Amino acid sequence: MFPESLNFSIRKPINHFVDMLVTNYGSTFRAISDAILQVLLLIEGVLRGTPWWVVIIAFMVLAWLGTRRVVLTIGVGIMLLVVGMLGLWDQTMQTLALMTMATLISVVIGIPLGILAAKFRSVQRIILPVLDVMQTMPSFVYLIPALMLFGLGKVPAVLATIIYAVPPLIRLTDLGIRQVDHEVVEASTAFGGSPMRILFGTELPLAMPTIMAGLNQTIMMALSMVVVASMIGARGLGETVLNGIQTLDVGKGLEAGIGIVILAIVLDRITQGFGKPRRFK
Amino acid sequence: MSMSGIQIRGVSKIFGAGADKAIALVEQGLSKAEILEKTGCGVGLRNITLDIPAGEIFVIMGLSGSGKSTLVRHLNRLIEPSAGEIFFDNTNVLTLGRKELRAFRTNRISMVFQSFALAPHKTVLQNVIYGQISRGTARKQAEAIGMEWIAKVGLSGYEHRYPDQLSGGMKQRVGLARALAADTDVILMDEAFSALDPLIRSDMQDQLLQLQRDLAKTIVFITHDLDEALRIGSRIAILKDGELVQVGTPNDILANPANDYVARFVQGRTAVHA
Ligand SMILES: Nc1ncnc2c1ncn2[C@@H]1O[C@H](COP(=O)(O)OP(=O)(O)O)[C@@H](O)[C@H]1O
Ligand SMILES: [Mg+2]
Repeated sequence: MFPESLNFSIRKPINHFVDMLVTNYGSTFRAISDAILQVLLLIEGVLRGTPWWVVIIAFMVLAWLGTRRVVLTIGVGIMLLVVGMLGLWDQTMQTLALMTMATLISVVIGIPLGILAAKFRSVQRIILPVLDVMQTMPSFVYLIPALMLFGLGKVPAVLATIIYAVPPLIRLTDLGIRQVDHEVVEASTAFGGSPMRILFGTELPLAMPTIMAGLNQTIMMALSMVVVASMIGARGLGETVLNGIQTLDVGKGLEAGIGIVILAIVLDRITQGFGKPRRFK
Repeated sequence: MSMSGIQIRGVSKIFGAGADKAIALVEQGLSKAEILEKTGCGVGLRNITLDIPAGEIFVIMGLSGSGKSTLVRHLNRLIEPSAGEIFFDNTNVLTLGRKELRAFRTNRISMVFQSFALAPHKTVLQNVIYGQISRGTARKQAEAIGMEWIAKVGLSGYEHRYPDQLSGGMKQRVGLARALAADTDVILMDEAFSALDPLIRSDMQDQLLQLQRDLAKTIVFITHDLDEALRIGSRIAILKDGELVQVGTPNDILANPANDYVARFVQGRTAVHA
């Protein structure tokens, strides 16, 4: 037996800290939560309110613009049609709304953090281990405080999804910028480019394929969170999977699973398409 | 005293943390290897004092790793010295603030890079006008200037191509046009022709000499190739392990090599009329 006299616990201080947050900053968290919810509901409203065929055409247009490949474009259309025929259209749109929201916030947080990490070694030293923890910590561990702070529902689902999904975007933004040819950046500097002009005119455009690969991974990881997200109150395909499990309805669970996979393939191909450098098509 | 051109005064460059300690050892005259062992710092340059006169081609020569790139990058402050001063027409370049430094880079000094360093996502024209845009020239006017220089380096018709659609020689013409279009009085050329085939290379050398005759720019030209140095240099400085070994006209150096290192460089050559 491990001697008890050596035991120590971080349980109490952590619980205290979370309690303190809930009591003292509850209204702040409510405000953040409301803001996220408003945007999420807006996205969901648009996606669910738009006729299904318009959504399919919109995805096909995106696929075409991203890849310029006929077969792939048609494939995207057919796959989305299958989702509709499986009776999963509404759930798919709900899940898509959640993905879109989580991805938008991930971009807003992840790209600036990635840029800071690339620019300042000290920031990188702090961020990288934190990202490791975020990716390996079982999601239920941070679901509990998220639930306490934000309650059950869509917002903690979005936040949990972001915590799990944002690391690759930060990592690959950092990597992408560091990988930009040093002499090209030197040339921009030597010809009097300002730091902002070098960042936006040279570094970010040249890092874009890598950043898009990060975005692609972020979306894929977000999709892998949909079932967990549904456990704390998100609607959509994840909920249908859960339903299938609870009622031992394997067929239903599988159908919803197929829906998730199709969404993953569609989003993957489209983001990969946009990630490839433009001129080499 | 008023002098034009560039004066480098006692410049040393230490790479790595703890430069102060290493600088002290440089002053005591310890060798590069000893300093590396004692401090873990690399000595890039050691107490360089050099006058680069305005309006001529000044060649900096030395083996790979001798500090040529490091030295030339001090002139536009892509690298900050660990010790020493650099004057440009009597202004101490090291005292320039951020804004002044940008103005200095856009108005006074431009650069051509060994591996071209063109922005791959920009067209030839967009690359060439980068300096003019930095300076705040209106796009229309910058493009007119850019087109002129693209024509002068023989690349008319390629304005809207991207760098990866050009050969090495063409890319370096773009690099040259970019430096010339910036319209600065000084151009730094860091092994600008080293990556080119011999024929294209001598072609570019001719073109550079011609440009120099027409425009009387101050050109600081780095090479590790003696033939190139002799062909285009009005004056040659030789570096070894971050130290300045000899400065002089090509004839001086051929006739009176300062030490064995220089002698080995010029082996088998005889002084010719300048
Ligand atoms: N950023 C750097 N960090 C550490 N050492 C460097 C750096 N840049 C150059 N050096 C070292 O300084 C010396 C001179 O390099 P450089 O100026 O590139 O030589 P050259 O251009 O003559 O080939 C070399 O020993 C090189 O390894
Ligand atoms: Mg070099």
